[in-house]
Amino acid sequence: MTVRKNQAALTADEKRRFTGAVLELKRSGRYDAFVRTHNAFIMADTDTGARTGHRSPSFLPWHRRFLLDFERALQSVDPSVALPYWDWSTDRTVRAALWAPDFLGGTGRASDGRVMDGPFAAAAGEWPVSVRVDGRTFLRRSLGAGVRELPTRAEVESVLSIRTYDMPPYNSASDGFRNHLEGWRGVNLHNRVHVWVGGQMATGVSPNDPVFWLHHAFVDKLWAEWRRRHPDAGYVPTGGTPDVVDLDETMKPWNDVRPADLLDHTAFYTFDDE
Amino acid sequence: MPGPTRRRALSSAAALAAAAGAGTLLAPGARAATRPHEPEHRHGAPESFDEVYHGRRIQGRPATGSGHHHEHGGGYAVFVDGVPLHLMRNADGTWISVVTHYDPVPTPLAAARAAVDELRGAALLPFPAN
Repeated sequence: MTVRKNQAALTADEKRRFTGAVLELKRSGRYDAFVRTHNAFIMADTDTGARTGHRSPSFLPWHRRFLLDFERALQSVDPSVALPYWDWSTDRTVRAALWAPDFLGGTGRASDGRVMDGPFAAAAGEWPVSVRVDGRTFLRRSLGAGVRELPTRAEVESVLSIRTYDMPPYNSASDGFRNHLEGWRGVNLHNRVHVWVGGQMATGVSPNDPVFWLHHAFVDKLWAEWRRRHPDAGYVPTGGTPDVVDLDETMKPWNDVRPADLLDHTAFYTFDDE
Repeated sequence: MPGPTRRRALSSAAALAAAAGAGTLLAPGARAATRPHEPEHRHGAPESFDEVYHGRRIQGRPATGSGHHHEHGGGYAVFVDGVPLHLMRNADGTWISVVTHYDPVPTPLAAARAAVDELRGAALLPFPAN
């Protein structure tokens, strides 16, 4: 069984195996298919039309399945690898080990945002940014520039305390747990982290930065924590909602999996603290 | 940008006015092309704009015709040096683009300027991404 660990607790060998598997997916061309899929959904999901991957109740199950696909791809390269998660409410500075050269590398240089160290730096020659929205082919970051502070644990707690999973109109204007976690409303958790990292992470092609997976693995963990706190509150809506994925409807692009199939993460993996 | 975060700065009418008045940031002749005020949010699409911002020509206009395919700009189209910028309107009337996707701003003009800031001179590629 896959155990997803806090990135801060990984051994040097675990970091090396994780980055090695990511680089191999990149080399084989499989990595960029994930970037392309994500951008297609982010450009197509709208508040007033069909919405699946973002700004909708299925934001959480969609990303859970998307991460499962990626984790299985990693494991096809190295079966020992699991997705780590980044608890940005704890490891909240540019000095976190996450950003060290033996893991993801650090922030970008001032002139053009180019990441200069670590395995994903353009100079290492193994991380061409191919699925992109502009002419730049190098990984960029501006840690803490777009917004100064990552969310605090108190802000995370305030969102976990929201009892209702989601609410009409089931989009970026909604009240409820999902939209507060996604960040279109309230203290802003998930969206703000994308902005804090900057570079490609702030764009529709955000999976170009490997930290995408660690960020979303923690968002996914927060969904699991919310379910534990509110065992009587379930996924909504549960039927008949235009443009929105109901509990028992299948999700694109897979078309064979429903939110109902993804509510219990322990069918697929566990976390290191449970 | 020094001082407050870009989100706060772009949310601030004062900051927008200051940016629009910062002639040193704009290419020669840009002032004449710059609207004196942000297009205001109203029930229909915002007004058109056409200006040079940090040396890049940014244009926005209500989209005519079907405008479907990959674009969901809420009936509004934005261009950076003639290349379409994928734009989206949020339910609360704020806007995002594909290059600043997680950081809503008040108007399409603010989204276009944020895109120019993010691009730092790089060419925008036509969407969908290659």
